Amino acid sequence: MPVAPAELRSSSARPILAALKEAFGAALLALGLSVPILALRTEQDISNQLVLRPRWDYVAVAVLAAFLGRLLYLAAAAANARRAPRQAAAAWVPPAGLARFVSIAGLIVLLLYPPIALALTGRAGAIKWIDNFGIQIMIYIMLGWGLNIVVGLAGLLDLGYVAFYAVGAYSTALLAQNFHLSFWLCLPLAGILAAFWGILLGFPVLRLRGDYLAIVTLAFGEIIRLVLINWVPVTNGYAGISGIPRPSFFGLPFNASDQGFAAFFGIEFTPLHRLIFLFYVILALALLTNWVTLRLRRLPIGRAWEALREDEIACRSLGINTTNTKLTAFAIGAGFGGFAGSFFAARQGFISPESFTFMESAVVLAIVVLGGMGSQIGVAIAAVAMIGGTEILRELDWLKDIFGPAFDPTQYRMLLFGLAMVVVMIWKPRGLISYRQPSIFLHESKPVRADMVKEGHG
Amino acid sequence: MEYLAQQLINGLTLGSIYGLIAIGYTMVFGIIGMVNFAHGDVFMVSTFIALIFLLALTQILGVGFLAVALFIVLILAMLLTSVWAWAIERLAYRPLRGSFRLAPMISAIGMSIFLSNLVQVTQGPRNKASPSILSDVIVLREGANYAVSISYKQILIVTVTAVLLAAFWYVVQRTSLGRAQRACEQDRRMAALLGVDVDRTISLTFVMGAALAAVAGLLFLIYYGVVNFNDGFVPGVKAFTAAVLGGIGSLPGAVLGGLLIGLIETLWSAYFSIDYKDVATFCILAVTLIFLPSGLLGRPDVEKV
Repeated sequence: MPVAPAELRSSSARPILAALKEAFGAALLALGLSVPILALRTEQDISNQLVLRPRWDYVAVAVLAAFLGRLLYLAAAAANARRAPRQAAAAWVPPAGLARFVSIAGLIVLLLYPPIALALTGRAGAIKWIDNFGIQIMIYIMLGWGLNIVVGLAGLLDLGYVAFYAVGAYSTALLAQNFHLSFWLCLPLAGILAAFWGILLGFPVLRLRGDYLAIVTLAFGEIIRLVLINWVPVTNGYAGISGIPRPSFFGLPFNASDQGFAAFFGIEFTPLHRLIFLFYVILALALLTNWVTLRLRRLPIGRAWEALREDEIACRSLGINTTNTKLTAFAIGAGFGGFAGSFFAARQGFISPESFTFMESAVVLAIVVLGGMGSQIGVAIAAVAMIGGTEILRELDWLKDIFGPAFDPTQYRMLLFGLAMVVVMIWKPRGLISYRQPSIFLHESKPVRADMVKEGHG
Repeated sequence: MEYLAQQLINGLTLGSIYGLIAIGYTMVFGIIGMVNFAHGDVFMVSTFIALIFLLALTQILGVGFLAVALFIVLILAMLLTSVWAWAIERLAYRPLRGSFRLAPMISAIGMSIFLSNLVQVTQGPRNKASPSILSDVIVLREGANYAVSISYKQILIVTVTAVLLAAFWYVVQRTSLGRAQRACEQDRRMAALLGVDVDRTISLTFVMGAALAAVAGLLFLIYYGVVNFNDGFVPGVKAFTAAVLGGIGSLPGAVLGGLLIGLIETLWSAYFSIDYKDVATFCILAVTLIFLPSGLLGRPDVEKV
């Protein structure tokens, strides 16, 4: 709305006062929230008694931050409101080829990643970069893509995805220990077993509504973890299973022996060979997940998943068998989780129930949510950003110079994940990085953009 | 026989705590149809608030009289936990009203992760043991080789729970706030048209749930004497199970469900296997949701188009 300059000047005092009042409210709220959790830290003294250590300086910082933050936010909002009429029409639309370009470029980078890491950091550094960064990120990309089938495509909120990861890992470990099967036999078996568990657990729960389904999958995930902990004769409890055989290269083990990979090809032995091989294995597995998803999306079943996500009642009215549709999504997602778990077991050589907590499910879910539910490229980017970001946090030693030697940036990892999930839901509920419309959409209909996903618009 | 009686006493005590937490789940679900996943962590925050104030009062200010100290801690914990719940509702849930189906749930999961990690970062990851209080016991019956006893803690827990539930029942049934809540539960749009401030009512619902969770938090702290940043998750799921078992949306159901879950858990630990006690509760949750989704006292839920 155009406002005359004189009018603006005369009324400018009141909004500033109102803004100050709101900022004061925010500061008061911050004070209420930080007392006493932030203000007084409980610590054990020498005689094991809890004592309180006051940290009122932290509270002062929090209150001040809330005050200034709110003030800045209001100022930005006011500035935006003045500009809004001109900008409203020009929402940013990504150019048509961008997604394709990003995915091809990403694929090339991933394929060339081990040689690049080797060239840039040398042999000693490459171990860290390929193992901690490369393989770790690829595992999460694969888990994210697997969960994306369930959450992103079919719209079923699965909080127990880590259970299938655990089933895959323990299947591999137990099959290898008791029947001496090689990794390459365990891998498909683990995937099939996990998919089977997906059907088994999915069958009774899939007629539940969304949030109930989430809670029940959470309960199943916890049940599987507790059984792994307590069924000591089979799973060895907390101690876990060790000595899981490593994958071999067409029968050639990666060791320094005469029958090993290095000796066969007549090259010098280094542990890097195995890491590079593992990286390509998980890359192939992840790409398989992606390829299957992309193909499935074009089949009737994929269309049915997307329809189910958008409106279950409409789906049922059109004669789609919702139970079977959900069950396939659940089973296929679980199967890929099982593959990832099998790979995880073979890569670590050791597994224990500690690796399969609810937090792990939450991390994978956060990746899918932040990446944009249903979007393959979004999930991949989110996994790189979140898992890679966490690993980079470990490297930030200079932060210790600022915040003191006790400062450990990795502590803040889950804190930031949780906060990011809330912020993304409020700000861009269909995903921070990308969003995916259903493959088929009535073109005269309004486009479903993130800001329009409200009742009566979608 | 004595052993069973002792387990029943323990189970009822535990069940009272679950029931208090379960009310928060059931009220929020009744009014906005959302599973407030972060409620368990709000409870955990309240245990820490209670612990810190208890330490502050006894160590720094030197309040010697225990009953006074506990009462002040209770009031402060209820107040500050309510601030948390109010802020969470305002910042993380209210903007999502009318967003797509799973959005509030995902936001609540994010909030839950945020809260438990916030406490971990600010208070440290270790178990925190509070000074042991009210640990005297009254022996009720001397059996042949087993004595049935009830501790002062247990008496306190059951009494406080009963008194607060009565007060709470009065608020919901007799005051205008309770009337507004029940109106919003039945039909939010109609309630708004008739002049009920829906946003305020929903906020107050969260606040009331959190205040009761804070009571549960203090009682939990007294009963177990140890708290940890992880303590929101399992009690939260158990309390949710209680709410579901009793029939989600029903207040007497939440209390009944809480008592049942407390009893089942205690008896299961006593007679079967303490390792699998959480598995038992989780199984009850799954079985109830699948076969009896409206719970014991709930109304059947009809899905509207």
